[in-house]
Amino acid sequence: MATHHEVLQASRAGVFLPRPVSTTGFWSWVTTVDHKRIGIMYFFTSILFFLVGGIEALIIRTQLFAPDLKIVSADTFNQLFTMHGTTMVFLAVMPLSAAFFNYLLPLMLGARDVAFPRLNAFSYWMYLFGGIFINTGWFVNAAPAVGWFGYANLTSTTYTPGLATDYWTLGLQILGIGTLVSGFNFIVTILNMRAPGMSLMKMPVFLWTTLVTSFLIIFSFPSVTVGLILVTFDRLFNTNFFEVAANGDVVLWQHLFWIFGHPEVYILILPAMGIVSEILPTFARKPLFGYSVMVLSTMLIGFLGFGVWSHHMFTVGLGPVVNSIFSLATMAIAIPTGVKIFNWVSTLWGGSIRFKTPLIFALGFIFQFMIGGLSGVMHSSAPSNAQQQDTYFVVAHFHYVLIGGALFALFAGIYYWFPKVTGRLMNEKLGVINFILMFIGFNVTFFPMHFLGLMGMPRRIYTYDAALGLQFWNQVSTVGAFILAAGVTVFLVNFVISLARGEKAAADPWDARTLEWMTSNPPPVYNFAVTPVVSARDEFWARKYEGVAAKESAAALEEAKKHGIHIPGNSYFPIIMAAGITVFCYGLLYSGALAIAGLAVTILSFFGWAFEGVGGTIIYPEGDAR
Amino acid sequence: MVRSAKLKRHVPIVSSLLPLLYASTVHAQVPQSVFAPAGPVARTQGGLLSLTLYVAIGIFIVVGSILFYTIIRFRAKPGDPIPKQIHGNTTLEVIWTVIPIIILTVIAVPTVRHGFSLASPPTDDVLEVRAIGHQWWWEFEYPELGIVTANELRVPVGQVIYLTLESKDVIHSFWVPRLAGKMDVVPNRVNAMWFVAEEAGIFYGQCAEFCGTSHANMRLRVVAQPADEFNAWVAGRQSVEAIVPANDLVARGKELFESTGTCFACHTVDGTTAAGKVGPDLSDFGGRTTLAAGMLPNTPENLAAWLRDPQAIKPGALMPRLNLSEADIEALTAFLHSLM
Amino acid sequence: MNHTAVEHTATGMPNRKLGMWLFLASECMFFGALIATYLVYQGQSLVGPYPEDLFDIPLTTVSTFVLLMSSLAMVLAVSASQRRDMKATRLWLAVTAAMGLIFLGFQAYEYNHFIHAGLTLSVNLFGSTFYVLTGFHGAHVLIGVTWLVALLVHTLRPLDWERRALDIEIAGLYWHFVDVVWIVIFTVVYLLGVGG
Repeated sequence: MATHHEVLQASRAGVFLPRPVSTTGFWSWVTTVDHKRIGIMYFFTSILFFLVGGIEALIIRTQLFAPDLKIVSADTFNQLFTMHGTTMVFLAVMPLSAAFFNYLLPLMLGARDVAFPRLNAFSYWMYLFGGIFINTGWFVNAAPAVGWFGYANLTSTTYTPGLATDYWTLGLQILGIGTLVSGFNFIVTILNMRAPGMSLMKMPVFLWTTLVTSFLIIFSFPSVTVGLILVTFDRLFNTNFFEVAANGDVVLWQHLFWIFGHPEVYILILPAMGIVSEILPTFARKPLFGYSVMVLSTMLIGFLGFGVWSHHMFTVGLGPVVNSIFSLATMAIAIPTGVKIFNWVSTLWGGSIRFKTPLIFALGFIFQFMIGGLSGVMHSSAPSNAQQQDTYFVVAHFHYVLIGGALFALFAGIYYWFPKVTGRLMNEKLGVINFILMFIGFNVTFFPMHFLGLMGMPRRIYTYDAALGLQFWNQVSTVGAFILAAGVTVFLVNFVISLARGEKAAADPWDARTLEWMTSNPPPVYNFAVTPVVSARDEFWARKYEGVAAKESAAALEEAKKHGIHIPGNSYFPIIMAAGITVFCYGLLYSGALAIAGLAVTILSFFGWAFEGVGGTIIYPEGDAR
Repeated sequence: MVRSAKLKRHVPIVSSLLPLLYASTVHAQVPQSVFAPAGPVARTQGGLLSLTLYVAIGIFIVVGSILFYTIIRFRAKPGDPIPKQIHGNTTLEVIWTVIPIIILTVIAVPTVRHGFSLASPPTDDVLEVRAIGHQWWWEFEYPELGIVTANELRVPVGQVIYLTLESKDVIHSFWVPRLAGKMDVVPNRVNAMWFVAEEAGIFYGQCAEFCGTSHANMRLRVVAQPADEFNAWVAGRQSVEAIVPANDLVARGKELFESTGTCFACHTVDGTTAAGKVGPDLSDFGGRTTLAAGMLPNTPENLAAWLRDPQAIKPGALMPRLNLSEADIEALTAFLHSLM
Repeated sequence: MNHTAVEHTATGMPNRKLGMWLFLASECMFFGALIATYLVYQGQSLVGPYPEDLFDIPLTTVSTFVLLMSSLAMVLAVSASQRRDMKATRLWLAVTAAMGLIFLGFQAYEYNHFIHAGLTLSVNLFGSTFYVLTGFHGAHVLIGVTWLVALLVHTLRPLDWERRALDIEIAGLYWHFVDVVWIVIFTVVYLLGVGG
């Protein structure tokens, strides 16, 4: 619909850069604070890094096709699995989830943007620059090679001299700050910016999973931040935190890492669970079964998730008391997780299930996540864990929950919300082919890894003894990896084709249940001309089918048209500050002067940000804006 | 209650099937299989593994079938009305919370019980061994016997071996699947584990915690021998007499080892002047089945290849290229293979 | 539209204040991990200097008292801003910042003394854990002081009192948190730590 807008000049007192005012063009994206644009940037960047991580995986699988291959050297292989894990966790899955958080949160809440739009942009730039920083290693023959969880004291300068490990520690810090900050942002947004009438128990479940994920982030990231600080200080300033000769305890690193690392895996899966919880009701045409129980389970998983970290350390020798406690706690967390699966199945039961691509991927999620969860239960028993830990059985487990679970759910989300973002539908036929190839490829790649682990194949080995009998299943797995890659390729093709000439979509193409489907495709920059007033869970469905009246007043709409809607102004400082921090980190590696320059830019941009004033645009919706 | 009792009854029968299956058909070709236990520790851990595996498979079949049935039975047909908007069912929620709790209890009880029992090894008739992890090889010391060896751990059949684990550098993990689950080898920490080899044979193992460039190449063997053979080996190792070379080639090799070849700087061979402690003890090298920590069969050709260029076989190995002549390599090979 | 008014929110708490509480909750984990590291390594150093050789508890008690009193000054600044009392607001902001600087001065003196006595980052575990823990705390104090000075400077600009009072209240939350962390550090590291 047509709008006209006027631009407010930000107050300029004591400031270095005015708030930019254009809404189109390259610089408007660089300085954007609009959650929808930021979501789109997260999306494309995460797909790019996903492909990088995928190529790393294909090289790994090729090298392991047969024993004693020399496709890559031992050192290169060690870099490949380190970067593959780091990339997929921090640069692909988490940011892809963030793409959904960013785009959808305000829309589902009935809000105009997140609580702190500039901080939101800052989080994105920290992600992009952190991803570039950590991958710089490839170009200077210093890619990290310590595994994605970098155990001390392999990370000391004695055993990994050079810059590689520093690229890893500092890169993760940059990424960590960005993530931490978005945790604060999303919690405040969800708690404070809900539409009138939307009590917490009326929120879509996706918002609950986002809320709990964000709490997990803000409580778990500090632990790894401290761990990484200790390693960095050991490497750069000769402290003794993990220095064996000075009586340092390398197990301390493991505790600090896994106190973060275990909640991290829930950070990776909860958003996906939220997406599935939105998709199943839409395509079964029934509400999510057991909403309160689902909310409670999500909170329980979050809470218990902080009490199981030592199950990653069952073989460290902490003793039977510690191991038993963590075994029991780990088994306990299986209960709310299993309950979720039963509730999803019950959502489908008695429904009228339409097999569109989003639903098909969501079904794949349930099936594969169940397998991954069950192998997780197998790991929870500490005595038998000693035969599973650090083998391909664990590799199978986490790929089942992360790819079979999280990634499939994220793909379901992409197919589902694509029409809202772009105004077009993704092609159904290609979608089904995409799913079939990914489903077959994924299972052929990773199911055999259960066997390989129990046949005695440890993790992180660049080759294996021909006498171990591991070749057959490795070959099967490698073939599967290429089928999976073909599936991903079909996805990319579908994405591009649909973007260019996909079938045009109505605002509510799936006959869905939540507020975002009330807006146009794509939503206007202000999301809602009048903030919706909510009285039911699944408010949109209630308005369509249960006789719940729209409660926004006509007067409010007239008011919006007359006085306009204020849109937060763009700003240079999020990207500049992110750049300053990144330059500071490069400086720590290469040049003290560079480090000081980076620090100066960071501090100055902090002040610029604080004092640049409000700025912004007033937009006047016209016509039959909603 | 009935369900858990039923499970317990079937577990021994069923859990013996799987390992039996593997043991009979697979273990010879899969020497690091977890399902071919050759000792009580691996057997107990394997039994627990089988229990959890069957529980997992059972749940998968039940829930998977329900899911499959659901999506077939309730697929949309044209003209379907909007289905009844059911929001939940408290009874169901209780049922499917309680049943998993019961199932998990079935797993939890033996988990805790075995966790404690495996942590207290039998105390009679125990042979103590210190295993020390290095990048990328294994040192084994028998403190009561005064013997040091490397990479191939000889043990008598049927005796409790109490293994203490230390690291000289980074974290490793000692894993011989057919004998016991792994235990990490952590610097500044002494971990302990135990096992019994119930049959004679060669058991394959390898390091199971990423430890750097050649982590994949840090392999080992446990060689279980009947008691008399083991005792003979011990006696041989304990009587340290000066080595008398059997022929000129071996003599030349010994001379190289002790002086110009610089081998003595890193390696020890009992009965010579070589007493280096940086690399593996080679006193019984000739009797080992593998070299380079379980990487290659211990043949003259492989040994010569190793001496020519250790890095080509084991990237990052601390042993440098010594630029030995072929004649020297031949002599050293003869010498090293003479060491029993 | 009044852009300087504080926005209405579903919880009733302004966004930035809720954001600060969440940040402080996160910082609890951050300092918790650093303090836990200190405790894990307490008494584990292989060589000296050791805490009992170096700590001057009476002196550190004074600096702790100064920091504690600075929190009182902060409370007075918050209260003044809520009363719209410009003079008192400026006074107490300045006093808080000054006391923060005095605390940092004591820290610098202590560090200097310790370094001369041979305690460096690398000499033993005590040096590493002590300097990193108290150093990060000191950095937080320095950021707080900078923030307070910025607020002070900002009082020269026109701004509505509702907004300003909120800004100062949020800074107060941060300042009190940094003070509480110091109480914990003082207790765990200094008072309980000697003789470990």
